[in-house]
Amino acid sequence: MRIRPSEITPRSLYLRRREFLALGAAGAGALFFPRRAAAASANVPHGRKLEGIKPGQPSTDEKKNSFEEITHYNNFYEFGTDKDDPARNAGKLQTRPWTVKVEGECDKPKTFDIEELLKFPIEERVYRLRCVEAWSMVIPWDGFPLAELLKKVSPTSRAKYVAFESAVQRQNMPGVGAFGAVPFPYLEGLRIDEAMNPLTLLAVGLYGEELPKQDGAPIRLVVPWKYGFKSIKSIVKIRLQETQPSTTWAQYAGGTEYGFYANVNPEVDHPRWSQAKERRIGELFRRSTLKFNGYGDQVAKLYEGMDLRKFF
Amino acid sequence: MAAARRPWLKPLVFAGAASPLVWLVSRALRGTLGPDPVAEVLNRLGLYAISLLFCSLACTPLQIALGWNWPLRVRRMLGLFAFFYATLHLSTYVFVDQGLDFGSIGKDIAKRRFVTVGFAAWCALLPLAITSTQGWVRRLGFRRWKGLHRLAYLAAVLACIHFIWRFKTALLQPVLFSLLLAVLLAVRAAKPLAASGYAHPGKAGRLLAKWRGQPPS
Repeated sequence: MRIRPSEITPRSLYLRRREFLALGAAGAGALFFPRRAAAASANVPHGRKLEGIKPGQPSTDEKKNSFEEITHYNNFYEFGTDKDDPARNAGKLQTRPWTVKVEGECDKPKTFDIEELLKFPIEERVYRLRCVEAWSMVIPWDGFPLAELLKKVSPTSRAKYVAFESAVQRQNMPGVGAFGAVPFPYLEGLRIDEAMNPLTLLAVGLYGEELPKQDGAPIRLVVPWKYGFKSIKSIVKIRLQETQPSTTWAQYAGGTEYGFYANVNPEVDHPRWSQAKERRIGELFRRSTLKFNGYGDQVAKLYEGMDLRKFF
Repeated sequence: MAAARRPWLKPLVFAGAASPLVWLVSRALRGTLGPDPVAEVLNRLGLYAISLLFCSLACTPLQIALGWNWPLRVRRMLGLFAFFYATLHLSTYVFVDQGLDFGSIGKDIAKRRFVTVGFAAWCALLPLAITSTQGWVRRLGFRRWKGLHRLAYLAAVLACIHFIWRFKTALLQPVLFSLLLAVLLAVRAAKPLAASGYAHPGKAGRLLAKWRGQPPS
């Protein structure tokens, strides 16, 4: 085949091909993220300011996601399955009065009022959050270690696991009972040593304000080395028990797609999609996912000798 | 001439089929694609592709069931738009979502059943887009061309599976698409029944004949 001279790329242009690629990428970037500042000015209801927050460790110094992003990209199926459904629908959630019942294998079971929980010493922890759907954010949570709450009820030696339960307010939650919905109340669980790990947080706020409803007001779990679905929202009950609790997503998918442990692990893929990479919300291209979401130094020892492919 | 009877038909359908893209670009330019614009663009393009594919597949059943002939005149355009959106959908995945990481794209297609069927659906549409011209109808001969273009149904089945497997839970939208596909296939399958129904009116044949307002015998 003859190639006409007019079809040959001039050498000067050929040498600049990287610039063209860069220009293309910049163009695509501009198309996907124009005027990010303008989007941030959208109307977001802000919660009451939390007093006396101290900086806590560990905290990442990565660029935090904006309040707008954290409040408009949520998985909270009680309010619908689209990412923007919770921002639209969670307004009706009643967060007062609110109590959290702590019961089961403990010497001093107790029902805590939310105002009492807000008096725990609150620290800010900037954590990475990695969703099982392969996206991630960096979120400045305000809260206290779950261990501080559990210590108050004196767990017995039979307390091997901790089960958590979310609120169900049928009238206020359009996603409850919807077609194909997961069973509610939403249930989650941790092993006791995971629950007592200093990384495991009960969050009551973000960006220094009480939790927005779509992010799990008034109190939620944050387990930064596990996929986001482990970090149960709007908690009403915590139960210490001897047996491994059943959890919503494991139940829904018959235990084949979502395991009890759900540790972030780029080497163990979800059966339907890869977990090797993730897209940080606000970025165009995917980045590599870190094992234990980058918290291996703090938590890898919890799983020594375990086959993480089997206990996924 | 048929074309003279509805001169606005093709421009109208073209504008209708192109409008979702115009809307998507306008949302992109106004910065209203939400916190994950890549996922939003990817999902929207996929939805437009499957919707247009279904529109193109509805043309013949409409003709069979209601006796309308005009949908047949826009069938090719609708099919080409379906391929156009499917190609934009695939390109967004390859160029932006995966950032041209061919290692991971290859692994996705080989190992992830959800990606595998999606890619297979696009592959099934590709030869249809190439052979969409009159020249290709002549070159292949009408019978063979028609046989080849039945691949559109395979593409629709694969697209439905791709759609259903994409979600973590069963959702109404992909299920409705699947039901609609079953209806479209049923109408096509009932056509030979209806044809035989004129001689020996079976139940399906009588029903179809009734829809079309024709006596069954």
